[in-house]
Amino acid sequence: MPHPHPHPLAAAPHAPVPSASTAPSGKLDAPRSAAFYDVDGTLVSVNIVHTYAYYVANHPSLRRRAFGFATMLASIPAYLAADFYSRKFFNEWFYKNYAGFTEDRLWVIGEEIFENVIKPSLFPGAVDLIRRSREAGVKQVLVTGSLDFVTRPLARFLGADDYGANRLEIVNGVATGRLVGTLLAGANKSAWVRQYATEHGLDLQQCWAYADSASDLPMLSIVGRPCAVNPDLQLRAAARDYQWPVLDLKD
Amino acid sequence: MTPFDAPRRASAASLRNCVVYQDTSSPKRVFHFGEDFREEELPVGTRVVLPPPPLDGLNNVPAAIRHALNHPEGCDPLFAMLKPGMKLTIALDDISVPLPKMVLPDVRQTMLEIVLQLVADHGVDDIHIIVALAVHRRMTEAELRRMVGDRIYNQYAPNRLYNHDAEDPDGMTELGVTDQGEVVEINRRAAESDLVIYLNINLVPMDGGHKSVAVGLCGYRSLTAHHTPEAIRKSDSYMDPKRSAMHESVNRMGKMVNEKVNVFTVETVLNNRMYGPALDFLAKPEEDWTALDRSKFQAAKWALHKMPRPVKRAIMHATPAPYDVIAVHAGRTDPVHEKTLDRSWQQFSVPLEGQTDVVVFGVPFVSPYNCNSILNPLLVQVMALGYFHNMYRGKPVAKKGGTLILTHPCYDEFHAGHHPSYIEFFNRLLPETRDAKKLQHKYEAEFARNPNYVQMYRRGNAYHGAHPFYMWYWGENGRQHYSRIIAVGAESPHVPERMGWEWAPDLPTAFDMARDSHGPSMSVTYMKVPPIFIADVS
Repeated sequence: MPHPHPHPLAAAPHAPVPSASTAPSGKLDAPRSAAFYDVDGTLVSVNIVHTYAYYVANHPSLRRRAFGFATMLASIPAYLAADFYSRKFFNEWFYKNYAGFTEDRLWVIGEEIFENVIKPSLFPGAVDLIRRSREAGVKQVLVTGSLDFVTRPLARFLGADDYGANRLEIVNGVATGRLVGTLLAGANKSAWVRQYATEHGLDLQQCWAYADSASDLPMLSIVGRPCAVNPDLQLRAAARDYQWPVLDLKD
Repeated sequence: MTPFDAPRRASAASLRNCVVYQDTSSPKRVFHFGEDFREEELPVGTRVVLPPPPLDGLNNVPAAIRHALNHPEGCDPLFAMLKPGMKLTIALDDISVPLPKMVLPDVRQTMLEIVLQLVADHGVDDIHIIVALAVHRRMTEAELRRMVGDRIYNQYAPNRLYNHDAEDPDGMTELGVTDQGEVVEINRRAAESDLVIYLNINLVPMDGGHKSVAVGLCGYRSLTAHHTPEAIRKSDSYMDPKRSAMHESVNRMGKMVNEKVNVFTVETVLNNRMYGPALDFLAKPEEDWTALDRSKFQAAKWALHKMPRPVKRAIMHATPAPYDVIAVHAGRTDPVHEKTLDRSWQQFSVPLEGQTDVVVFGVPFVSPYNCNSILNPLLVQVMALGYFHNMYRGKPVAKKGGTLILTHPCYDEFHAGHHPSYIEFFNRLLPETRDAKKLQHKYEAEFARNPNYVQMYRRGNAYHGAHPFYMWYWGENGRQHYSRIIAVGAESPHVPERMGWEWAPDLPTAFDMARDSHGPSMSVTYMKVPPIFIADVS
């Protein structure tokens, strides 16, 4: 599957995602239209911290489990401060926790995380939103700062055509804690979307974007049909100013 | 006449002369102007049409409801239809009626309390209460509580008292297709019930009848049969169901519903007592104002002028109307509605002789589609060219090719949560075209299937994506009828311009503009509405 950005998906070892349904009714702007979805907070209520917590909780070593949890709990204030300062800085820092995890374990547990953590956390309206968008003939693409091994099963479940996600650097089958390529977050998401649209012949004016956080304002700003989903205060204010639709998928 | 009917008269209009002609000694007239009022001089000779006084209400509304349930039109009494273990759905009108909201208790609560007690006495416990809102916005918890009362809300919500969801893929079912190709699709729970009881409030003659179930509980596919520019153009007017193509279609579909579903309808008729003591001067001719009325008017005008718009809007929406119930009928849809319409015309009909060159309306703060919300530009349009233009039976008040003058600030404001698709319609579509048929064919399906608007309708409190189109179609007869439409006092001139209207800073300027078209001796009618009335033009 061709990808504009070197790291998000093309480099992922298990990239194939099921093709979206081609239901013909009510096509809007197909085939030059796509919907880009942020994931954490937009489609699901969990985030990268929950994912990591699951890995820690299921570590075979009791000592590593206890140490991992203690470290994570102790770091929460620092993580909050880092996220407040910069989502990009927080993500890069947080992903260092994965140093030493083996690649096969990441993928196997990724599927488990999807079943046990992510799937139950999907917002009730998210599946319906994506289904209707797909039925309208719009290409479905997830664009997330999460890691590829948890994004792939989610994309498969939602029937997304594609996804862009972060990928850990693997050396000799073990994660180094560093990311391959540029971190996919904040303004980088908009660059990824722009490049994706160019490569797939999409008209950005006819594209949709969904996000919950003001950190995704760049991505929302480059499409013709931006939409704030379960927005934080800053994004809600921006949506009000620009008269963007505001969705609540939680109920 | 039943013991529970109020004394009947030929019509409310017969109680006082509702038509006066402006002369040199006539007072200035009050105009609605959004959330404000204006007081304006009218040219000598202007025909001023005043609302008829409210008919007397029923003395004992609960007794009248019980009597109607026990002496229904065209079927057995309600109690005879009830049996233990049956599946019962009670549907009721949404917040779009009455306008403004009525003083508590809402008559829907009164009807519900009586019906629920009756069905409980007969061992019926599988009961769902559905707000038949079609593609209107979902009502909030506070609005539902106000409508049905806390006791019923606490007992039934959220699982057995809820808003109809026309976009629930599992919640709708198709009953069939009429011989005219109209798809009849309604709420699945209602369709699968042994009995559907519909509790209606009839404010104007376009309400009620088959529209209650066949529209209130339907989905987008059914609406495409009659919510079209074509159906509206063939409706002369849609306040006159006998001459309305829209009602013809709705009736065909409703009859199919009634063939497949056991529907027992309860219709109430309200009078036009729309203002309580603080604003009751609005329902009186200015000639009859007392010193107290004038003081109240000046105080209200001054206070509203000083308030920020959101504050005065909130106050206006929070002020309930002390309506009286003037009739209750129950039973099968057609005979019940015939009696309802008869009573409704007695309240609202005002006979008028002849048409004039110019008609003038003051547009208030509220329409059926902005309860607790903003009267955005499309809704100003639907009030002027839709509802007010169609408030006639026989002929429109103004001649074909005449001029409509409306007073409203025409601000460019929208409620993003209630009317998100209106924003796109106004800013993206109207600059391209105002042709209703072109809008329908090119864009209606796109908006109706827009996944954002579907989610905002289903999970938020937004009107359906197709709703702004209906608002535009609603104004189709007005657009076709008038040669000029002039908005007086528009603070955002681009709003009337985008509608295809002209703009004037004040009423005298608007009359000067109209004289350019109709000559110096043009004839003018000022329709002082609300309170609601309907012109019977001969």
